[in-house]
Amino acid sequence: MTTTQDIHSPQFLSGDEFSIPTFRLLQQDGTLFEGAEAPELERDQALKIYHTMVATRVLDERMMAAQRQGRLSFYMQCTGEEAAVVGAAAALDDADMIMAQYREQGALVYRGFSYDEFMNQLFGNELDYGKGRQMPIHYGSRKLHYMTISSPLATQIPQAAGYAYGQKLAGEGYCTLCFFGEGAASEGDFHAALNMAAVHEVPVIFFCRNNGYAISTPSIEQFAADGVAPRAFGYRMHVIRVDGNDILAVLSATREARRIAVEHNKPVLIEAMSYRLAAHSSSDDPSGYRSKKEEEAWREKDPILRMQHWLIAQGWWNDDEEKALQEALRREVLETMKRAEKRPPPPLDSLVSDVYADVTPALQRQLDRLKTHIRQYPESYPKGARSLDPDVKVRDDASNPDVQGGE
Amino acid sequence: MPTMNMLQAINNALDIAMAEDDKVLCFGEDVGIFGGVFRATSNLQEKYGRARCFNTPLVEQGILGFANGLAAQGSVPVAEIQFADYIFPAFDQIVNETAKFRYRSGDLFNVGGLTIRTPYGGGISGGLYHSQSPEAYFAHTPGLKIVVPRNPYQAKGLLLAAIRDPDPVLFFEPKRLYRAAIGEVPEEDYQLPIGEAEVTREGTDVTVLGWGAQMEVIERAVELAEKEGISCEVIDLRSILPWDEESVVESVLKTGRLVITHEAPLTGGFAGEIAATVQERCFLYLESPIARVTGLDTPFPLTLEKEYLPDHLKVFEAIKASVAF
Ligand SMILES: Cc1ncc(C[n+]2csc(CCOP(=O)(O)OP(=O)(O)O)c2C)c(N)n1
Repeated sequence: MTTTQDIHSPQFLSGDEFSIPTFRLLQQDGTLFEGAEAPELERDQALKIYHTMVATRVLDERMMAAQRQGRLSFYMQCTGEEAAVVGAAAALDDADMIMAQYREQGALVYRGFSYDEFMNQLFGNELDYGKGRQMPIHYGSRKLHYMTISSPLATQIPQAAGYAYGQKLAGEGYCTLCFFGEGAASEGDFHAALNMAAVHEVPVIFFCRNNGYAISTPSIEQFAADGVAPRAFGYRMHVIRVDGNDILAVLSATREARRIAVEHNKPVLIEAMSYRLAAHSSSDDPSGYRSKKEEEAWREKDPILRMQHWLIAQGWWNDDEEKALQEALRREVLETMKRAEKRPPPPLDSLVSDVYADVTPALQRQLDRLKTHIRQYPESYPKGARSLDPDVKVRDDASNPDVQGGE
Repeated sequence: MPTMNMLQAINNALDIAMAEDDKVLCFGEDVGIFGGVFRATSNLQEKYGRARCFNTPLVEQGILGFANGLAAQGSVPVAEIQFADYIFPAFDQIVNETAKFRYRSGDLFNVGGLTIRTPYGGGISGGLYHSQSPEAYFAHTPGLKIVVPRNPYQAKGLLLAAIRDPDPVLFFEPKRLYRAAIGEVPEEDYQLPIGEAEVTREGTDVTVLGWGAQMEVIERAVELAEKEGISCEVIDLRSILPWDEESVVESVLKTGRLVITHEAPLTGGFAGEIAATVQERCFLYLESPIARVTGLDTPFPLTLEKEYLPDHLKVFEAIKASVAF
């Protein structure tokens, strides 16, 4: 129950009065701020986190290049935000649920999603868990407790509250962490989610990646307030703002958020301040809406380099190891990409499966008709034709010119 | 006459409407300095200022609620929803508010000034959430007008008509044709009528009907059919709501056959509505069952998109089957 205090002259409170501090531990040169203390972090986990960040960056760079070569239709990078994403994942129990927006492949790498698994989704081949239905980067893994991505923004935020409520009822001590951008936090779903979670005391961590832009829209055109964090007060929630490029601060803040969520069944909002260093997606060109100078300034705050400096200072890492790691990862990306590209597409029958638990008679009829049609023009539907008859001779590329006049 | 692609034609229409009337406003996600993710609103902010062309926060329900309020006040908002797939967060504002404003207030208030622009349709490797054709959901809602242009000339003339129409208009833009469709577009101001279909080819054996991006598919199918000696009459519906029953009925009375095609799934698709009306009004004249060539009753796929889409070969086969029935 809220208590109210009476006043007898009109005194307005203003949003300007809220200003939320930023939690940071690590400086760019790898030393801690004065008075700051690193969270407990063993060498093995520190190196795993670092490997994950580097592996994510290598994957992103290679796949963006592959997209430019026309080998895949679309790609989105995590570049610049690796510490925010990987730090958050590293603070969780591996069985906690992660509901991501789309730019959080680092969390999947941390949980052990292999390059092969990434590639199968990116190329939408027969081994893609999503059966070639969604655009590249829409990953999901039941085994790794990573909900399949959905493109409509913010829909995962209230779902995370619901999922976490179920986890609370199940009483197994797990929580859900939900990633979203500061742009997506404008959607009605965000506000609905925070309110539901606060009212129903749900063990969920709402993790906002405030990377400064939603496609071309800078955050100053997204909200008038001091970021997303102050909204937590309106819902009576715990909140912390953290330097998203500071792996130690993100890890430490998310661990504490998890403790609050799981031990007290309280939702927590984390706002990680970072910057989307790359373009929004492979379809975007940021030069139309922001300056190279601004990008350069953020490049100097690279979260991976920052952690590398810290690891070297700990005596846990050196240049030779760095070189060997980079080379090994590059090779692996290229090899797995070639494997995935060669794999056939999902079978034609997958067009009508999973719409319902069982294929309905109407869908079966539609599929049968489609098969008859494709058998008539196998050259025009190369992917479907091949799965109908592996011996059929069709060209490989989907853009092949259609046969004219039923040849 | 200048040559334009569809995006340029849309941009040109917006420019004309904004120059003519201070009350016209353009807004939506990324439409400001960036000019929209497809660049339909390029240069408008520079020309007309941030008060009249602006980025909104990322909230479709907010965009349409705001637009409803603006239109009720007498402004002329042209709101962009970045992809038709993302119009659903605004569904309540459109279906319960936009569509019913005039009716529920006894015309004390209306939002007739509102136009909602949104790119729709597949064939762009967009998968589930960048390919949908949701016109039928809205066609079930009295109070809205729904328009779908097929080329740059139509896009300009119909968009200008939509902006000036006394009713709220949903304007679905076939994004596959944004850059692919290029044609002559008059520089001056002109309007094309909302609610009238266009007969784009005259013929005697079968009527083939579609709208938007399917018109290109129909053209290719009909060329194949004509080579086989089948004479096709082609109709571009242009407006889904209200739709031009008279033109369609008149054509079917002449040909006795009808093939309708759209990308959206079969069940509940707008072809069903047309087929029901035509059988009611042309029953004794029909020589074969009305055929529908559509997407499957599944969400939109990615890898097997080509297989899924109602393309020219499927339409061609439907035409042949209709004539051979
Ligand atoms: C409901 C909805 N509206 C619009 C879009 C198109 N869209 C995709 S990403 C994006 C920007 C998201 O920005 P933000 O949430 O800040 O995340 P970031 O891309 O910066 O990581 C937009 C507008 C969408 N996917 N869903």
